[in-house]
Amino acid sequence: MSDTHAQTVAFVRHTEIPPAPPPPGQTGAVKWMRENLFSGPFNTIMTLLGVYIVYTLVVGIFPWIANGVWGVDNIRECREITQGNGGACFAVIEQRWQQLLFGFEYPSSEYWRPTFAFVLLFVAVAPVLFLNLPRIMLAFTGIYPFLAYFLIWGGTILIPITALLGFVVGYFAFRRLERNSFAAGLFGAVAAALITWWVTGFLVQAAPNFLALPEVASRNMGGFMLNMILGTVCVSLSLPIGIALALGRQSHMPIIKWICVIFIEFIRGVPLITLLFVANVVLAYFFPPETSLDLILRVIIMITMFSSAYIAEVIRGGLAALPRGQYEAADSLGLDYAQATRLIIMPQALKISIPGIVNVAVGLFKDTTLVSVISMFDLVGMIRGPILSSTDWAGVYWELWAFASVLFFVVCYGISQYSQWLERKLQTGHR
Amino acid sequence: MTIATDPPKESFRLSMLINDTRYRSYTFQAIAVLALIVIFSILGNNLAQNLAAAGLNISYEFLGDPAGYDINQQPIPYDSQSTHMRASIVGALNTLIVAFLACVTATIFGVIAGVLRLSNNWIISKLMSLYVEAFRNVPVLIWIIIIFTVTANVFPQPRDFRGDNPTASMVGDAVAFTNRGVYVPKPVFEAGGWIVVAVFLASIAGIFLWRRYARKVLFDTGRIVPVFLPSLAIFFVPALLAYFILGRPIGLEYPELRGFNFQGGLTIRGSLIALWFALAIYTGAFIAENVRAGILAVSKGQTEAAAALGLRSGRIMNLVILPQALRVIIPPLISQYLNITKNSSLAIAVGYMDLTGTLGGITLNQTGRAIESVLLLMLFYLTFSLTISALMNVYNNSIKLKER
Amino acid sequence: MKTSVFIGALTVAGLSAGVAAAGTLDDVKARDMLNCGVTTGVPGFAEPDANGEWQGFDVAVCRAVAAAVLGDSTKVQFVPTTGKTRFTALASGEIDMLARNTTWTFSRDVDLKFEFIGINYYDGQGFMVPSALGVSSAKDLDGATVCIQTGTTTELNLADFFRANNISYEPVPIETGAEAVQQYLAGACDVYTTDASALAAQRANFETPGDHVLLPEIVSKEPLGPLVRHGDNEWGDVVRWTLNALITAEELGVTSENAEELAGGTDNPEVNRLLGTEGTLGEMLGLDAEWAKRAIMTGGNYGEIFSTNIGEETPIGLARGLNAQWTDGGLIYSPPFR
Repeated sequence: MSDTHAQTVAFVRHTEIPPAPPPPGQTGAVKWMRENLFSGPFNTIMTLLGVYIVYTLVVGIFPWIANGVWGVDNIRECREITQGNGGACFAVIEQRWQQLLFGFEYPSSEYWRPTFAFVLLFVAVAPVLFLNLPRIMLAFTGIYPFLAYFLIWGGTILIPITALLGFVVGYFAFRRLERNSFAAGLFGAVAAALITWWVTGFLVQAAPNFLALPEVASRNMGGFMLNMILGTVCVSLSLPIGIALALGRQSHMPIIKWICVIFIEFIRGVPLITLLFVANVVLAYFFPPETSLDLILRVIIMITMFSSAYIAEVIRGGLAALPRGQYEAADSLGLDYAQATRLIIMPQALKISIPGIVNVAVGLFKDTTLVSVISMFDLVGMIRGPILSSTDWAGVYWELWAFASVLFFVVCYGISQYSQWLERKLQTGHR
Repeated sequence: MTIATDPPKESFRLSMLINDTRYRSYTFQAIAVLALIVIFSILGNNLAQNLAAAGLNISYEFLGDPAGYDINQQPIPYDSQSTHMRASIVGALNTLIVAFLACVTATIFGVIAGVLRLSNNWIISKLMSLYVEAFRNVPVLIWIIIIFTVTANVFPQPRDFRGDNPTASMVGDAVAFTNRGVYVPKPVFEAGGWIVVAVFLASIAGIFLWRRYARKVLFDTGRIVPVFLPSLAIFFVPALLAYFILGRPIGLEYPELRGFNFQGGLTIRGSLIALWFALAIYTGAFIAENVRAGILAVSKGQTEAAAALGLRSGRIMNLVILPQALRVIIPPLISQYLNITKNSSLAIAVGYMDLTGTLGGITLNQTGRAIESVLLLMLFYLTFSLTISALMNVYNNSIKLKER
Repeated sequence: MKTSVFIGALTVAGLSAGVAAAGTLDDVKARDMLNCGVTTGVPGFAEPDANGEWQGFDVAVCRAVAAAVLGDSTKVQFVPTTGKTRFTALASGEIDMLARNTTWTFSRDVDLKFEFIGINYYDGQGFMVPSALGVSSAKDLDGATVCIQTGTTTELNLADFFRANNISYEPVPIETGAEAVQQYLAGACDVYTTDASALAAQRANFETPGDHVLLPEIVSKEPLGPLVRHGDNEWGDVVRWTLNALITAEELGVTSENAEELAGGTDNPEVNRLLGTEGTLGEMLGLDAEWAKRAIMTGGNYGEIFSTNIGEETPIGLARGLNAQWTDGGLIYSPPFR
């Protein structure tokens, strides 16, 4: 060490050298490609392989789309035009898109109704999904189910209004009686709502055509609309049931706990399709002899049971993730179980569970295609049933399946992107 | 959960059933039990009434009757005169076969895609994202039908293999890809063939024992015992030795085109392939996400710490990253396996004769015993799921972080 | 959130269920709608057209019953059913009658407690092969791969036929007719088997129908007919005699065009009884006098229904064959109206 200091230095630079430009191989696109595509022999092989896959995909699909035939009436005309040049026959979608979207029995003059309900759905779910929107919009979310029912099923507007009225009356009864005890409030609310429905039922019967839209039976729902209806209705219904089941499973009362555990594990242990078989071929035996619930209702019941078991497990995860201190803090404030759950536990647990719930919802939405197996004409059922067996379009597979895949992809990808966005947002909130 | 501070009063009032937390839980449970009994008795009563009105009864005797239909894929001997019971067992075995194959394949696809999605290679990682998103966001039923259509339309027909100028030919004269399925050579066991198999199985067990031994030596003495090459040797050498010493007791039966179809050999039918690959690719996309999440969950500090200790990169992966990542990956992986098993019931869409196709399909159609068949069907899936879940819990407890 | 949809729908269902009475006939009248089970789509027999209207041979029977009972052939709710769901749908009361190509068999009649009210189509299970295969008899099919449309008695007949002839085959069961055809056309099976009528109907849709032949063997008897629940004989009678009215109308030369005119009175007493100008047949059924006339005027008599939906002028192109009137050497025969 001392040596180096002892020597005198011949030259010392006092100014900084201006930085030289990087070598050409280390900048811009070349550098990016070297680092990202050709960083080693293995990587190079993978890149070439990837390029080849992309090439085959493009070469395979491009002529199919570019030579696609529009505006003919049946597959024979299509075949005449394509003459084996690999073109698709998109005419089937052009001719049948209404059936694919709405089913073949929904009156075509009323298509605006489900479309309008679909658009309003975005307005209704927006305040639930994006917490920074004005809270007043939640009022519309509350009204939406009744509005959607009126739009899609039609009939007199009195039915949804009286149904809404029942809920409103029940709510006020709850607010009044809740001061005594939560249980009294709950039972009072249910009783008040039932009485309201019973009384207003006469009103509905008296004026069945008051402000009525043409009625559409649920049997006539079909196509992608049926998937949407089943998805939204069942997920919405299963939320409260799922919360109840999750709380029940966490409960200290052994009988309640075991009922919930058995229900959840049973439902999660069997495939949805067997539950649909139950809806289709078994459930009818369990209703009173003279009633006949139609198939869509039975399916809604079974899918709701199915999804509520899964949602219960997600919410249970949320409950378990809450720090123990939250429960203890609520207890120490003197809140009883109902108050603590409603005011402290659930809001936090639900917030943590939203991504999980959204995942369940996406999965469930995809699973609604299974109803095609039990002869319901949803999007897949429409394709497998009436369209592919019709004289005009027997033999057009790829176009129809591509159409169905794209529809599902757009919806599911959109929702899962939202879920990922939310997860990121919630994560930063916790760190 | 407020705790009563007052000493309990002797007198019991009825209102305490609602207002006193000590009694309230009994009230609620009593109500729940009562409600349950009422619901079940109403349902049971309705069922009895409806069945009586239709003149039907609940009976499982149909399981003993001849089924009368044929099943193409028979893991156990079966013909049309066998009972419905046997048809159901064949179906259940077929369910397990496709579930097992799909689980293995899905894991392979998922691990590859999950790792490659984290790759630095831009094209590869984007392609893998495309794969994952495309398959995750489209219903599995649509994928099953699409892949079934692909197998039927893309592969050549058996009759294309015929003639002087066949348009299709077998791969290496041993494997034929047709739109009815893939025909592969089938091993034929002669006397002593089973000994070779037994030796082979024993050597697989031997590999595990060797690994345990190597681990023990490593932990006890710090000496590193080679694992890979000895494992390879144990895997091949004894079985090959036994094979040749016993005079090649295992032959191969090659498929050949006779009549309408390839005969002989082992047939992997188109319906099995469609269901198998659709489930594998679909679930593989989900597993890829689990794998990616698992790898990302191991913090970078672990890698750096291991590197600081002087471990080579292979050992870092084996000894540090993987054990931690697996703890995150395995639980969702098992639930994906359960999903595969449950989704295999969609076999009905492609005519694969699994349990839903036999018991829940043709048997139900022919006997009209809807309630009994669906009940048995659910019972099978439930038993299977619960068994796997129970095993899963045992495993989870064994790998749980032992906190000190 | 959407509880109301559910509850609202429940209310609707409850209201409609509340008026249910004892007999199916009264139920149908009270509901003012006939629930009729059909297939999910067999060309010519029951399929929705581009406008969503159900068309076909089986559908016409439903419409005739609706016209007879309710006076309006459009008051039919068609409920698509699969092979699996049809019997439960009928047994549980979801549908009032099943007009789907369902074979009348002993066990369905006796064990499953249904009542077949007649036969509207005499069918048999046949085989279709590509003519390039050079097969002329089903007995040459040793080792063939056979596509089956599941859900009817097809699987059982097939197993019986191959066992009886001691030849082997490879069954490929497919759920829907469209998918079975797709597999067959792609060559994934050598033979396609189902009811001969459906084979002919589906072959008509092929790109080159001439390249496929139906083998001469018909391996089973498949009497297809509408069915109702066991034990409600009034309703069974209504459906049975509506079908018989269509058949008798053809025998007597009553068509959708001349029914109105003949209802003015003719010299033939049976025509008069059929059309309600003589006797009280309608009253005995619990209907009005003109029930049969409305049924006939809906889609015509049996012969007209046959020729407009599946006859030789249609793409399906089925000959009458066994389904000709008994007077023309067929099996279609109705008990007399008296």
